[in-house]
Amino acid sequence: MTAYHRPRSLDEALAIRAETGALPLAGGTDIHPLRTARAAWGEPWTMPVLDLSAVPGLDGIEEDATGWRIGARTSWTAIAEAALPPLFDGLRAAAREVGGRQVQNRGTIAGNLVTASPAGDGIPNLLALEAEVELASRDATRRLPVAEFVTGYRATALAPEEIVTALHVPRLDHARGRFEKLGARRYLVISIAMAAAVIAMEGDRVAEARIAIGACSPVARRLPALEAALVGQHPSEMASVPQPAHLTPLAPIDDIRATAAYRTDAALVLLRDLLAGFTA
Amino acid sequence: MIALTVNGTRHDVAADPFAPLSDTLREGLGLTGTKEGCNAGDCGACTVLMDGAQVCACLVSTAQAEGAEITTIEAADPLLDRLRAAFLARGAAQCGICTPGMLMAALDLLRRDVAPDRAAVEDALGGVLCRCTGYLQIADAVLDAARGTVIAAPADGRVGAAIPRLDGAPKVAGTELYGADDAPEDALWLRVVRSPHAHARFTLGDLDGARHRLGLFAILSARDVPGLNGFGIMPNLKDQPVFADGYVRYRGEAVLGLLGDRDVVAAVRDADLPITWEILPALHGVEAALTPDAPQLHDHAPGNILVRGHLRTGDAEPAFANAAARAGGTFRTAFVEHAYIEPEAGHAIPGEGGAMTILACTQAPVMDREETARVLGVAEEAVRIVPTACGGGFGGKLDVSVQPLLAVAARVANRPVRMTYTRTESMAASTKRHPAILYARMAADPKGRFTAFMLDGDFNTGAYASWGLTVANRVPVHASGPYRVPNVLNRTRAVYTNDTPAGAFRGFGVPQAAIATEALVDDLAIALGIDRWEIRRRNALGKGDVTPSGQVLHASAGLPDCLDALKPEWEAALARVAAHNTKHARHRLGAGIACMWYGCGNTALSNPSTMRISLARDGTLTLFNGAVDIGQGSTTVIGQIAADALGLPLSSLRQVLGDTALTPDAGKTSASRQTFVSGRAAAEAAKALRARILALANAGDGATLALDGTLLTVRDSHTTRVIDLAALDADLVAEARYDPPTVPLDADSQGVPYATYGFAAQLALVRVDTALGTVKVEEIVVAQDVGRAVNPLLVAGQIHGGVAQGLGLALMEEFIPGRTENLHDYLIPTAGDMPAIRIHLIEDPEPEGPFGAKGVGEPALVPTAPAILSAIRHATGVRMTEVPLLPHRLLGRLGGGEPPPAPLPSLSVGD
Ligand SMILES: Cc1cc2nc3c(=O)[nH]c(=O)nc-3n(C[C@H](O)[C@H](O)[C@H](O)COP(=O)(O)OP(=O)(O)OC[C@H]3O[C@@H](n4cnc5c(N)ncnc54)[C@H](O)[C@@H]3O)c2cc1C
Ligand code: FES
Ligand code: FES
Repeated sequence: MTAYHRPRSLDEALAIRAETGALPLAGGTDIHPLRTARAAWGEPWTMPVLDLSAVPGLDGIEEDATGWRIGARTSWTAIAEAALPPLFDGLRAAAREVGGRQVQNRGTIAGNLVTASPAGDGIPNLLALEAEVELASRDATRRLPVAEFVTGYRATALAPEEIVTALHVPRLDHARGRFEKLGARRYLVISIAMAAAVIAMEGDRVAEARIAIGACSPVARRLPALEAALVGQHPSEMASVPQPAHLTPLAPIDDIRATAAYRTDAALVLLRDLLAGFTA
Repeated sequence: MIALTVNGTRHDVAADPFAPLSDTLREGLGLTGTKEGCNAGDCGACTVLMDGAQVCACLVSTAQAEGAEITTIEAADPLLDRLRAAFLARGAAQCGICTPGMLMAALDLLRRDVAPDRAAVEDALGGVLCRCTGYLQIADAVLDAARGTVIAAPADGRVGAAIPRLDGAPKVAGTELYGADDAPEDALWLRVVRSPHAHARFTLGDLDGARHRLGLFAILSARDVPGLNGFGIMPNLKDQPVFADGYVRYRGEAVLGLLGDRDVVAAVRDADLPITWEILPALHGVEAALTPDAPQLHDHAPGNILVRGHLRTGDAEPAFANAAARAGGTFRTAFVEHAYIEPEAGHAIPGEGGAMTILACTQAPVMDREETARVLGVAEEAVRIVPTACGGGFGGKLDVSVQPLLAVAARVANRPVRMTYTRTESMAASTKRHPAILYARMAADPKGRFTAFMLDGDFNTGAYASWGLTVANRVPVHASGPYRVPNVLNRTRAVYTNDTPAGAFRGFGVPQAAIATEALVDDLAIALGIDRWEIRRRNALGKGDVTPSGQVLHASAGLPDCLDALKPEWEAALARVAAHNTKHARHRLGAGIACMWYGCGNTALSNPSTMRISLARDGTLTLFNGAVDIGQGSTTVIGQIAADALGLPLSSLRQVLGDTALTPDAGKTSASRQTFVSGRAAAEAAKALRARILALANAGDGATLALDGTLLTVRDSHTTRVIDLAALDADLVAEARYDPPTVPLDADSQGVPYATYGFAAQLALVRVDTALGTVKVEEIVVAQDVGRAVNPLLVAGQIHGGVAQGLGLALMEEFIPGRTENLHDYLIPTAGDMPAIRIHLIEDPEPEGPFGAKGVGEPALVPTAPAILSAIRHATGVRMTEVPLLPHRLLGRLGGGEPPPAPLPSLSVGD
């Protein structure tokens, strides 16, 4: 039996994390499948587990003058159902596309981020929202932009004694988010590619555009050249802006779900659809 | 101790806090209604409500459930009862393994939303996979329950009545016991260590030392097999070892068995076992196995060829030379996984003097008995097979899986032993649909009449023979399709490789062949400027026609009727497509059509069924029915047939099912044979019993029977006689055996391979996103000749399920050993992927069949993939030759995001 800790306070959780290095567990929708996959080929689970589900203060969404604080343990369903401004429309759409309803009820936003799968549906949205990760350890708390937190394929800047306590999303006026996901079936499907955008308007022109693509590189990537090209456009023109050259930050691979070449083509189509959707 | 509140009751349970809640519910609290199909969140079988919201119990740590209200299928709840009733009435539970999860997901929905629409239902059920039903009847049931419009069952269960399945109640209650749901308290657990290598030699070190060190009861290996260390379907070729003996031929092959307490066997790291591997280069795919310098994998198979199949009629080459139109191509299909939601599971109980009882999920209890007895080295009579409820099979549970392993372990331990495959183990170790490479050619005369067909087909049978022979023999007989073709030359090979063994899967190679053949039929239609429906109608096999095997179809050949039934919808579909596509460049519609035929029963081999029926002196009427109902509905259908043939109501018939100690041999549940063969045997047994009753009562043929307690009333136009069964000397018993008449095939496959054939045609309407290469199947219209629909509700369920599997075959399913070994990466259709389905049942009675019926199960799957491919071609102009047609494959052919090539003119509308 592996050591299993289920502390009732954050301090206690941070102490256990510091002393044992136990693996944080939130919704378990990544960890339990991982355990099953390993056991199937004779590798039993041995890592100690730090269950965060009884720690108060880690879920829920709060708003203040600067923006929103989304508790680390906030589930996809809670995000989908929260009263949030259109800025969050992309994240909320993603919340309805992660797995099926069962996974959405359990899976959390921080779990998705820390897993740091290239196909994590939350991550491009968090990039487009310019979210920051709030990290706590026994000795300190710090904040890191999501873009710096996710460092590589399934790799993050989470220190061994840290846990994620929240995500912070700064305010952006007159902004709306969107999300497009492409998979080989309707439900319960890992993305072949996905695209997230946040577009802020000034009058009838784009004032700021933030665009990110997932599952087309080891880490979801923003597309700065495309973002720059979108500024000043009328929404009805946006869909014609994306061009192959805008995709240079991406480095798609061949895998069981698709080829690299397909991902490049699909990313462009998704971007155009994503932007066209703003006028719908 | 962890305190759980389940269905309102508090339990204190000693459980590992990290153990999945599903496991604690099942093993800790005995609440086995919650099923486990994957333990990874992918199948939803374990869905329960946690504080009212649906969750996968396999993803919740037991500790996390403390303090929450857990609701499981065992709950007493009026809304749940309404859902249960609606599921029964709609046929929404077939095998029933997904049913508890579906019901919980539906309960979650109806508590949130009292008036959901269809899209909301699909959203709510999207996380639960069903492999049997195709979801439509499930969604209908949820909508019925929401609206309070549960349909009433027909009053009587005569042949033709769409009654709910007889064995449905425990499935919706969650009390049905599947392979993993029951075992003696003192059973040891068996976990099999499997080869992670596709091709390797190995040596075993000090197993005894390892056993001590790891605290195991035993470590089993090849040396522990008391009888023959081999099993297999072919009578004289037991080529697959129970435990590999120093040499493995595929990833997933059993090497060792760890026997002991559950926690102990689970805690063993395979890497800590004394196995030394010498990895050998592996032969993946038939091309690798057929190269001249490929190593020979089995002594008996030079060139790695297990078996060849052959059919010749007429003279194909000259017919090609003289044809007005010719078509040809190379087609490829992938390994397809059965993906039954219930992984293989069961337990064994050793008895005195070599006796062994095995309770496990299976499609073929009598074959299991033969195989197990041989492995144990005991007489068949010493082995008893008691099939548990079977959570889906589709051919994959025809071969033994857990049975010989359990038997060897229980023999060694002399104690009960249980085991449950993990999902990955099930996928890595069990058989698959044969991947095929098909080189096919077809020719027609100027009027579009087919003149010649040729096929060379290589089927990857994997590491072991399994059903490779059956596939190699069935395909040549069927490959030219349900058409009149005078000159045919078909050659097939089943080839050994180092891939997962391929075996039986709904259709035995015919679905693969149909993909090639139907594409060529479209080619010929295009070349000759003939409408695709029309060319099929002109060539359709009908009554009096001769098959390529030289068999005259004397009766029940309803393909022309099937096609005629589709004609109006075909024309409407073409018009709709044409109208849409003039306006839309990116999202294009396409209509496709395909036909199929399928011989019911074994190919030119005896495959009898025996049924026994008794009317006892205590008034009980019992059918001893050895046919295993794997969800397809044989218990209900055979019951309906027996009761109707006897002339007593179905409600008075009790059944004793598929236990080799209690029921006569009804053969295996495969090849769409149970309704036809076992149904006929049941009808004959019932008729014989009826004849005895009528003789006792001196009554005429038309007499009616009524049973009340022990009093049997026989009434004809003249008299009424009452027989007191209690006063008879003996129970009234009748038994009948039926073996469908076939004639052995000669070297050219000439003969009568099957007593009857199912026929069908399907129309597909698809929407293709030509920018992304994605396909949405919008509609499938089915016209199927079933001879006689004994139970139209169950027939519809079989058709929906077949269509779903055909859709998966066409668009998404690809098993790659080592890469898609779970239901996360191996995709099967979900509730949101299904088209609307309309069904035209054609009833061209089969004189050999009971009440005219013949097989239904497999035929429904065969035409779906070719019809979808035909529709995609109509939409895009692209003829696809490889399935599954994943988005990247289609887009690759469409030219990488560029506008698609203009559809071929002859494909747009009619001719
Ligand atoms: C059937 C199925 C389908 C899925 N489909 C999708 C999909 O479509 N798209 C998608 O993006 N994902 C999908 N997932 C993955 C998963 O559901 C999501 O990534 C989910 O958001 C993970 O959250 P969790 O709380 O369940 O993570 P957990 O499993 O609890 O944890 C995941 C990782 O995050 C770490 N972690 C969690 N919380 C913290 C914290 N507060 N501080 C530090 N570390 C933490 C854990 O240590 C672990 O490494 C699917 C999963 C399943 C089982
Ligand atoms: S067993 Fe839980 S989702 Fe499959
Ligand atoms: S009835 Fe759904 S899996 Fe069998």
